[in-house]
Amino acid sequence: MGDEHNMAFEKVDEILAGYGYRHDALIGILQDIQRLDNYLPQDTLVYVSRKLEVPLSRIYHIATFYKSFSLVPRGRHIIKVCLGTACHLNGAAQNLEQIERTLNIREGQTTGDMMFSLETVNCLGTCALAPVAVVDDSYFEGVTPGKVEKILSQYTGASEGLDREAD
Amino acid sequence: MKRIESPSDLQALREGILFKRDPDQKVVRVCCTTACRAGGALHVVEALRKGLGDRGLSDKIQIKKTGCRGFCENGPVVAVEPEQLFYNKVKPRDVPDIIDKTLVGGDPVERLLYADPDTKEKIAKEHDIPFFGKQARHVFAKTGRIDPTQIDDYIAEGGYTALCTALTTMAPGQIIRAVEVSGLRGRGGGGFPTGKKWRTCRQAPGMVKYVIANGDEGDPGAFMDRSLMEGDPHSILEGMIIGAYAIGAHEGFIYVRDEYPIAVEHLTIAIDQAAAYGLLGFNILGSGFDLTIRINRGGGAFVCGESTALMNSLEGKVGEPRAKYVHTVESGLWNRPSALNNVETWANIPLIINRGAERYAQIGTAGSKGTKIFSLVGKVRNTGLVEVPMGISLREIVYDIGGGIRKGKRLKAVQTGGPSGGCIPSGKIDMPVDYDSLKALGAIMGSGGMIVMDENTCMVDVAKYFIGFLMYESCGKCVPCREGLKQMHHILSGICEGHGKAEDIELLTRLSVTMSDASLCALGGTAPNPVLSTIRYFRDEYEAHIFDRRCRAGVCRNLFEYYIDETLCNGCTVCSMKCPEGAISGEKKQPHTIDVGRCIRCGVCYTLCKREAVRVR
Repeated sequence: MGDEHNMAFEKVDEILAGYGYRHDALIGILQDIQRLDNYLPQDTLVYVSRKLEVPLSRIYHIATFYKSFSLVPRGRHIIKVCLGTACHLNGAAQNLEQIERTLNIREGQTTGDMMFSLETVNCLGTCALAPVAVVDDSYFEGVTPGKVEKILSQYTGASEGLDREAD
Repeated sequence: MKRIESPSDLQALREGILFKRDPDQKVVRVCCTTACRAGGALHVVEALRKGLGDRGLSDKIQIKKTGCRGFCENGPVVAVEPEQLFYNKVKPRDVPDIIDKTLVGGDPVERLLYADPDTKEKIAKEHDIPFFGKQARHVFAKTGRIDPTQIDDYIAEGGYTALCTALTTMAPGQIIRAVEVSGLRGRGGGGFPTGKKWRTCRQAPGMVKYVIANGDEGDPGAFMDRSLMEGDPHSILEGMIIGAYAIGAHEGFIYVRDEYPIAVEHLTIAIDQAAAYGLLGFNILGSGFDLTIRINRGGGAFVCGESTALMNSLEGKVGEPRAKYVHTVESGLWNRPSALNNVETWANIPLIINRGAERYAQIGTAGSKGTKIFSLVGKVRNTGLVEVPMGISLREIVYDIGGGIRKGKRLKAVQTGGPSGGCIPSGKIDMPVDYDSLKALGAIMGSGGMIVMDENTCMVDVAKYFIGFLMYESCGKCVPCREGLKQMHHILSGICEGHGKAEDIELLTRLSVTMSDASLCALGGTAPNPVLSTIRYFRDEYEAHIFDRRCRAGVCRNLFEYYIDETLCNGCTVCSMKCPEGAISGEKKQPHTIDVGRCIRCGVCYTLCKREAVRVR
């Protein structure tokens, strides 16, 4: 393995060292790696497997078992639609369908222009705001199918980058 | 930071903190946990900082970013002390008024006060609001008051005194005895007696033992653990240190859901600060007892809330449960004796030590002691977190604290215990809420999720929702759970889509028995509960779906239709413009009509119509 290769994985090395190359920290390691690019690239996983001397199959076992990991690149904005019980009762499924229709993708997919990835979560623990959808770090409460277009347009239209939380 | 070497050091530190504080100083407490942040609480704090700075009041008035006060419905919430004013739904634009009228002038800002929904009367003080009046906030006493990122705040409120008492005046056996006498049962779902668990773990052979806090709050609709971890992380640590000392553990782990970033942040800060004071690490309080605590983030798998799955996950493996012929208190994490408790259970420990086990046990019913935090959500007016004594009736929780059902609708059922729980019909809401009564009703306490359902909730759909959730979350290791859930979901989907067969109810019941008998862990074993309890109390709804092909609640798409009430429609055209199928027609300012054949029942028109002219039949 040449120096050039090591350079590309410099940040990964830092993460591995931070956890002391411990095998039991594998989930935390993968979470930190995912934070770099929003997904787990294949060559990185191969690298981690070699560095930690853990079979690649075990890494893939973990990466496919836990819901928070993605093996494919994700879009610039990540939409998470909460499907917790409180959100479900208040119409979360209809919101999800409306987003799917608007972006022309299904849950778990990314738009062709790599702008949006659409995901669902079991519960964000903000049930008082149900139904909730989160785009990146911004929470949208009381979402209805009718509001979907307006929410998404904030990320595609001219207003992107403005402070959305300030009401 | 100076290390605390003894109880007298802690006492001196507390007195020092309190001495520096001016009791008359005005304090503005802004809830800054997830729900209030979502509503813009951090912007309110910024506006306050700036406003006070501009007026030269930064030194005179203190701003505190606190944990959750539970009244999430009305967030962001702001409390002003010493006047004890309680402001709701505060926006940055309200800040100038709060500063000028309240902080400088001493008068309340009327429009931000809580208004009684029936009488419209304004209520100024927190404890006069019915939502708070009937609660008994013991575990939650400091949450919402202290800044969770400041250990001094926790110590000033009496924090870590229980640890002092335990480590310097009590033998491990005495602590375990106290927890047994207190009658504390696990707050995470199982309701197993905590003292008994600790005793078995202490007696289990082995030099190395572990304490673990379960913060993998996976039940949808429950968020009290998040609130505790975000708002009062030290109470969890204090409970864990006491427990570790009692059991003889020197390593602890807190397993936190990946969806709770603020909880991870606050717990990390809390561990660092406690270690800096010497409350974690070597020779804690000069007692010779050592303990380190580490945080592990979960990966987003519901099954990891199960103890053996959680321990597998802590070991860096996939979170699959194992059969519990040997209990985890004897052979758990890395095959060593491990005491795993929910974070809320841990937070109860300091209370038991401080108050004494007998006094703690005075609250509650014969079999369920102390208080329990419930997350009251769904179609109830005051959603949020409520801490109540065990044995309170469901009616008191839903109507007195919760303020009744939204939009004047009728209560249909309350679902408790998460996906493995059950639905309690409106006719049974005078039953006391405790472990045993809920079980008798076919529901469970679970982690304390309480989901209120009204007449617009379809109970078959609710059963399908939970089974779908569990099907997705089943780890797939054992056949009864993996295949049973799949078949159940298939049958329930059929019923909801209008293909229900007469024998479906019987088939569901039989599948349920097999699954609860033969599944490996509690996920599969309790999975049939939502189906069984909805069949038990709402069989008529199943029958209406199967025989009449009707969903009276207007949820199951093939079994109802939308129409426009001509007397209410003013022809604003919003619905026809937004209808994705072009199924709505009509002239401007004339009543519109929906083409039932083209309508996909997406609900866009139903939610957009301001006049509620779009109806369900």
